[in-house]
Amino acid sequence: MDETISIVLFSGTDDKLTAAATLAAGAAALGRPVKIFLQYWALDAFRADRVTADHGLAPEAREAGKAAVDAAAKAGQAHWLETLRMAKELGDVDIQACSASMDILKIKHADLDPIVDGVEGVAAFYINAGEGQIIFI
Amino acid sequence: MDIKLKVDASGLSCPLPILKASQAIKTVGSGELIEVVATDPGSVKDFAAWAGSTGNALVESDSANGKYRFVLRHK
Repeated sequence: MDETISIVLFSGTDDKLTAAATLAAGAAALGRPVKIFLQYWALDAFRADRVTADHGLAPEAREAGKAAVDAAAKAGQAHWLETLRMAKELGDVDIQACSASMDILKIKHADLDPIVDGVEGVAAFYINAGEGQIIFI
Repeated sequence: MDIKLKVDASGLSCPLPILKASQAIKTVGSGELIEVVATDPGSVKDFAAWAGSTGNALVESDSANGKYRFVLRHK
């Protein structure tokens, strides 16, 4: 199966970044090409100087959710960046920064973690997504 | 049964068991076997789907005491 899976990653909290990394890694394990398009707060989370910092959780996590997520991390659950690195080693995973978000947040390509492959606009994203599914997180 | 490589994915949650298996199976020759042990209950359906999709064969699948064992043949 070689249907491309495209993920628009907008949210910058660690739970949503982990969910996106899980979907990307699963698709890569199945041999599907994966495209990730980073916008807004997800893009901000990929800044090299704070990519592994605490990015918090979605508001619905509340205290009990945070305790559960912290316990999973302590038990050795892989960080989302590590999961993405493994997915890239394994398959065809391409991570692109949204050029408009770069402009708004005053981020340069050199500010981003090297796991980000490049910068593109929304037209390029759609063309590369082709007829494959697009997931928004 | 001649297992070329054993992968212990115990304690790892989705998607790490199938990621580790995908990495490991590339290191053995065509037709050779690897064994993966996982504790994630979701791995039972995941390995069946993974095998069906990638063309690698799920030769054996069993479970005991909260451990799930899979034998996979590289296509």
